[in-house]
Amino acid sequence: MAQVKLNAVRKTYPNGFEAVKPASFDITDGEFVVLVGPSGCGKSTMLRMIAGLEDISEGELYIGETVVNNVDPADRDIAMVFQNYALYPHMTVRKNIGYGLKNRKIPSTEIDAKVAEAANMLNLNDYLDRKPSQLSGGQRQRVAMGRAIVRDPALFLFDEPLSNLDAKLRNQMRIEIKALQRRLGVTAVYVTHDQVEAMTMADRIIVMNGGVIEQIGTPSEVYHSPASTFVASFMGAPPMNLFDGHANGTEVHVGETPLHRHTHQGKVTVGIRPEDIVPDVTGPLAINVNIIEELGAHRLLHGHTADQAVTIHVAKDFPAVTGPMTASLKPDAVSLFDSETGHRL
Amino acid sequence: MSVPARRIRWSAVLDHSILIIGSLIMILPVVMLVQMASTTDLHTTKFGPGWVFGDQLPVNFEKAMFKADGFSGENTGLRMLYNSMILGFGFAIGKIVIGMMAAYAIVYFRLKFATLAFWVIFTTLLLPLEVRILPSYEIVQKLGMLNTYQGLIIPLIASATATFFFRQYFRSIPEELVEAARIDGAGPIKFFIDILVPLSRTMIAAMFIIMFVYGWNQYLWPTMITTDEGMYTLVRGIKQITQTLEGTNLPEYGRSNLLAIIAILPPVLIVIFFQSWFVKGLTESDK
Repeated sequence: MAQVKLNAVRKTYPNGFEAVKPASFDITDGEFVVLVGPSGCGKSTMLRMIAGLEDISEGELYIGETVVNNVDPADRDIAMVFQNYALYPHMTVRKNIGYGLKNRKIPSTEIDAKVAEAANMLNLNDYLDRKPSQLSGGQRQRVAMGRAIVRDPALFLFDEPLSNLDAKLRNQMRIEIKALQRRLGVTAVYVTHDQVEAMTMADRIIVMNGGVIEQIGTPSEVYHSPASTFVASFMGAPPMNLFDGHANGTEVHVGETPLHRHTHQGKVTVGIRPEDIVPDVTGPLAINVNIIEELGAHRLLHGHTADQAVTIHVAKDFPAVTGPMTASLKPDAVSLFDSETGHRL
Repeated sequence: MSVPARRIRWSAVLDHSILIIGSLIMILPVVMLVQMASTTDLHTTKFGPGWVFGDQLPVNFEKAMFKADGFSGENTGLRMLYNSMILGFGFAIGKIVIGMMAAYAIVYFRLKFATLAFWVIFTTLLLPLEVRILPSYEIVQKLGMLNTYQGLIIPLIASATATFFFRQYFRSIPEELVEAARIDGAGPIKFFIDILVPLSRTMIAAMFIIMFVYGWNQYLWPTMITTDEGMYTLVRGIKQITQTLEGTNLPEYGRSNLLAIIAILPPVLIVIFFQSWFVKGLTESDK
């Protein structure tokens, strides 16, 4: 068990490319932190620096109480689960799980006991003598998890572990991983590009973009008060509606409609979640609906308001039709962003 | 019920004829070998190779394996077979070990000039032994390795081919495997022995076949290096026997042809034994 602390950790490659700009954050003991962002945002580099697979250019990384910048991955007391599982193809499941322990010169009776325990936990008992090529994707994923568990590490690292699985299995493994982490109480850092995974699994989310941390917060914080237009549009499906608006010192207008009271003056970006716009015959917001997307449990209405695209999330029993309609906003629904920098106001 | 007459597909007939003719061309010399090895030397001298098989195989086998000529009486067929085995295995194993280790260094370690080193190794393909035979001989001679197995094997085992094949293979092994092994606490040597060697086993088998046959069939280098009759390999020894047409002696056709058969067998057996591995190693990869 351990907390992790990053102090201005930075990664620059020899060719001058800065993959991760100086980043600082703490991960408390037992916490499940998800690093999320689009591909190339530096989240994997960050994870690999924590793992020790990538050198840290500047700054200090603490795992527990010690600086581990120059500690070998094997000695950092971590375990990592890779996207393509990285199982040793020529070894049986049993040997795959036990290999790390064998290298630590742990007596074989103890290894057997630990492997059996992990196999039990992951329902792998029937597969211990198979080779990875004889297993399904989900089973391979479990073996990779087993390899991480037996080492009894202070820190779990996950590098997009579910992206090679089909959608159904992904949902199932998502819950299993989360439950396992809870049960073992091990600190975990999880990298994904899937915002649903981030929202559902994380105790805290770190949203990254272009090597910069955009926001750190609980899933609810990140969702309801995004720190920037990037976070607003990245988290949530469908993403937050972003309108070009104008603030006159007292009110914020989109088109001619006053939506929000704020003391800011000038151009702003107005963010409203699709489910915070409610159909209302007396509402102030005039919307022209073009397309209705039927999703079963609810519907998405795509249209325009004041010549800007808008998406509304409505309940399945709402009688949706294309054409003009009016809507109002839920209280506290509006997020305001500086239209130049994209930062929250 | 009448069975419709099967149509003759002329393209298949043509294909098969070509294959049959090709096979005959390959097999006829072997049949000749066996025929000449089964008759007396007198018969062969009189009639040349033919279709009549004799009953002399055991006699010729006895002569081929245990008869020696020359001064020392050491170059029996058995001795030559033994020498050829040592050359074949030493050559193949040496080339594989050296090639694998060189490829390991080039692929997995951030060496300065690794690519340059690789291409330098690769260009040695343009300098086969025949081109550099004099300097090679001189070095071996100065090291006092003439007439030794080391002298026979070591100068031949540096191999661009094996290095190249292993390099290509190692590069196809996913990076994550190395990283997983690092996190599992496997250092460079452990990774090589525990992961890389077992993963490469089909590749090693394929290389082994090629290199064993190549080493077994070496003629020029053993001829240069071994003057001691006890060090002769089969391939060079057979030549020695057919040459001794002197005085009133008949050339020993039976003996030399039987030795030739013996010389063919080990490579054939190795190819048959490793065949499935060979195909696997060069085509598929279970990663």
